[in-house]
Amino acid sequence: MPAATENLIEQCRAIVEDLHLGEVRRWKEQNPGAAAIGYFPVYTPVELIHASGLLPVGLNGAGDRLDLQYADARFGSFICSIVKTTLEMGLTGYLDPLDGMLFSGICDSARNLAFVFERNFPQKYIDFLHLPQNPSSGASASFLKAEYLRLAAQLEKLGGRKLDDDALRASIAVYNENRALLRDLYALRAANPHQVHTSDLYLLQRAGNFLPVETHNTWLSRALADIADRQAKPRDSVRIVIEGSFCEQPPLDLIRLVEEAGCYVLDDDFILGRRWFTEDVPIDGDPLGALAESYLDRSVYSSVRHDFRHRRHKLLVEKVRRLGADAVLFLIAKFCEPAYFDYVLFKRELEAASIPHLLLEFEEKAFTFDRLRTEVETFVESLLFD
Amino acid sequence: MSEAPRSEYRGQIHQQQKDLMLHWYERLDESARTGNPPAVSLMISGNCIELLEGFGAVPLYPEVNALQLAIRHQSLDPILAAEELGYAADNCAYVKADIGAMIKGITPAGTPLPTPALVLCNFVGCNTYVKWFEHAAEFQGAPLAMLDVPFLRTAEPRAEDIDYVVRQLHEIVRQLEQITGRRFDMDRFREAVRCSARVEEAWSRIKNLARRTPSPFDAYFDAITLMGPLYVYRGSPEGVAFFELALKEMEEKVARGEGIYDQEKFRVVIEGPPPYPFFRSFRDMFATWKATAVASTYSTVGGLWEFGFRHDPDHPFESLALHMLAHNVTNRNYLQRYEQIRRYVEEWDADGIVIHFVKSCRLFSAGQGDMRDYFTRQLGVPTLYIESDLEDPRYFSEAQIKNRMDAFFEALEHSRSIGTLRRGAAALRHPAAGAGNAPVAGERLKILP
Ligand code: SF4
Ligand code: SF4
Repeated sequence: MPAATENLIEQCRAIVEDLHLGEVRRWKEQNPGAAAIGYFPVYTPVELIHASGLLPVGLNGAGDRLDLQYADARFGSFICSIVKTTLEMGLTGYLDPLDGMLFSGICDSARNLAFVFERNFPQKYIDFLHLPQNPSSGASASFLKAEYLRLAAQLEKLGGRKLDDDALRASIAVYNENRALLRDLYALRAANPHQVHTSDLYLLQRAGNFLPVETHNTWLSRALADIADRQAKPRDSVRIVIEGSFCEQPPLDLIRLVEEAGCYVLDDDFILGRRWFTEDVPIDGDPLGALAESYLDRSVYSSVRHDFRHRRHKLLVEKVRRLGADAVLFLIAKFCEPAYFDYVLFKRELEAASIPHLLLEFEEKAFTFDRLRTEVETFVESLLFD
Repeated sequence: MSEAPRSEYRGQIHQQQKDLMLHWYERLDESARTGNPPAVSLMISGNCIELLEGFGAVPLYPEVNALQLAIRHQSLDPILAAEELGYAADNCAYVKADIGAMIKGITPAGTPLPTPALVLCNFVGCNTYVKWFEHAAEFQGAPLAMLDVPFLRTAEPRAEDIDYVVRQLHEIVRQLEQITGRRFDMDRFREAVRCSARVEEAWSRIKNLARRTPSPFDAYFDAITLMGPLYVYRGSPEGVAFFELALKEMEEKVARGEGIYDQEKFRVVIEGPPPYPFFRSFRDMFATWKATAVASTYSTVGGLWEFGFRHDPDHPFESLALHMLAHNVTNRNYLQRYEQIRRYVEEWDADGIVIHFVKSCRLFSAGQGDMRDYFTRQLGVPTLYIESDLEDPRYFSEAQIKNRMDAFFEALEHSRSIGTLRRGAAALRHPAAGAGNAPVAGERLKILP
């Protein structure tokens, strides 16, 4: 990889690991008076925030960079780490650059977290979006449009521009570009996994959570060009799909470990909200309607989005087949209920299709992985020398 | 304090409750054998039983099945069977018990349960429900439909929320017509809504009787006994007769000045579901101290009526939507639950709060530490926090819970003896704080390191 791309990735790592949200602070200095809106994973309509002239900031927890002093007492046992580290970031001032926080109903813990935020941060705008879970209903699109309009009105109160169709179209276009670049990078990796490290792709992608999307687009285009040119030799590896990390993110070292242990990652669901739509959101016609309809009909499957027309366990098997993967690696955050529930039907379907899988549980704050390393290595060996 | 005093009222309703539930299982059995009446799976939270009455369908409530297994100490086997299928130790044990029992062919009454004509996922608050019903439909090979109820994220439901739910209700009606081959009977539906309104009126009055000192019944443990008929029979004349009788019996108790114990010593509000596998021992821990639950959030899972909401036969679909959107504890947001508990303390004259953290249920439990912080630090109400599970017997440590409970009530007793125990409005240091949707903020803890 050319040095330029290496530097870029290094820059991304620094951004991702900066708990102080330095990039967000910088943006606010350059845009005095403009608000920054954090969103708890997985998905939020960033286009609306962008079109209002505000900065959407994707939050993915604090990893192992923050000790819990207060949040444990608020959320107690059996609750995943990201809920606690996000609250801890708030209670200790790290989220101060954010003027608002958006949540949605991804799980019961996240939903309650939204309202705990509301109590503890009365100076911030805290909102909860209900993203429809019944796309089969003819009523869901108009409901979602109304929900987006409600959000837009709140953003206006925060000093955002009044929602206007042309601005929204422009925002959709720049996010379409962002998603297309990511799709290209993902396709490149799936076709030539030896050419791009998953850990690099991960950092490139996640840095976008904190950057203006236009900047991120420039960075992604540069990386894409460099990586496409890269010459590297394939090695014996197991080709896997990673599933289950759509919300709390595995530590970077764990992602590296999986690769080092001999896995080529053909697809993953890290920071899934950045690649939420399977194709461009249409920009002709009513842009708000297009955004809502895309959510209902052109979204990736996810354990936190329910669409009874298309069952997730079938879609996982289809994906494995389409990519020609050898196996599935479930990387599931401790106490992540949606991922663990889905695992049961995923497992059943994979077994019926004779696709091997391995389940690993992680915590974002973990920093030693000896046991996990052994498990991945054993798994890889069993597949390579089968 | 070794002997727990008698803590149960046994009137006519006790037997009638049993008969009604038995009759329900008979109908389910009939449905299993003949397909008639058709069965429809529903979740308890904000259930729309009235809609089923419009089809003469019988509800199948997996939660009731799960809790029956736990009360009868039969939940562990199915939970283990489910874990073998891949369910995690930390998944809601209600789901595991239900799915495990399904796989092993265990049923609460011993008679087979029907395959539902439709697994109707009334998604009212709990995300786990959605997973549960997806899995149940998969393992039963039954059709699955979603009824997506927007979470209450504003003070009142919005017009768009109501419209979305009403339109989905109509879609479900059409779908059920197709599946069952029966026509939806609008008159019968309206009649069911009328019955519900009467049941709700009686139930709400019963709950309001617990404002009296002594309270004639326990609004946690006794309320749970009444919950079966409330969810299965709310939309039927049997339900009306039952709840009007229950009201009469309770009013008679009040007239006689009769509480649960010879003398009611403490009045508490309980938050969270009960530990069903240890229901009896748990109740005894309160009885030992002659403590009555005067209100509980758990008894409002299926519907919250004591603050005035009733179904409306003149607007049947809209009132179903409103009930699901805003008038049950599970679809109301967390701060609205704080406010519900605060009102209970104030208006039902309580001495303190018992928060029962349930491992299985993040809907109830996630954030209960913050809730405790609000009540103890901000409002100054004595609050006990204990942990176990509602279904999985492996997470109940009897000695530990009993110690904590005893210490809590000893402290209340001590405060009373020195004259500092305050009750009701007086127990709230800032009775006005926290009114409305946004309680006063917690203090800021620390600035950036
Ligand atoms: S990691 Fe899982 S359980 Fe935790 S907030 Fe995210 S979706 Fe919910
Ligand atoms: S999580 Fe709670 S509300 Fe949801 S199914 Fe389990 S016990 Fe019921």
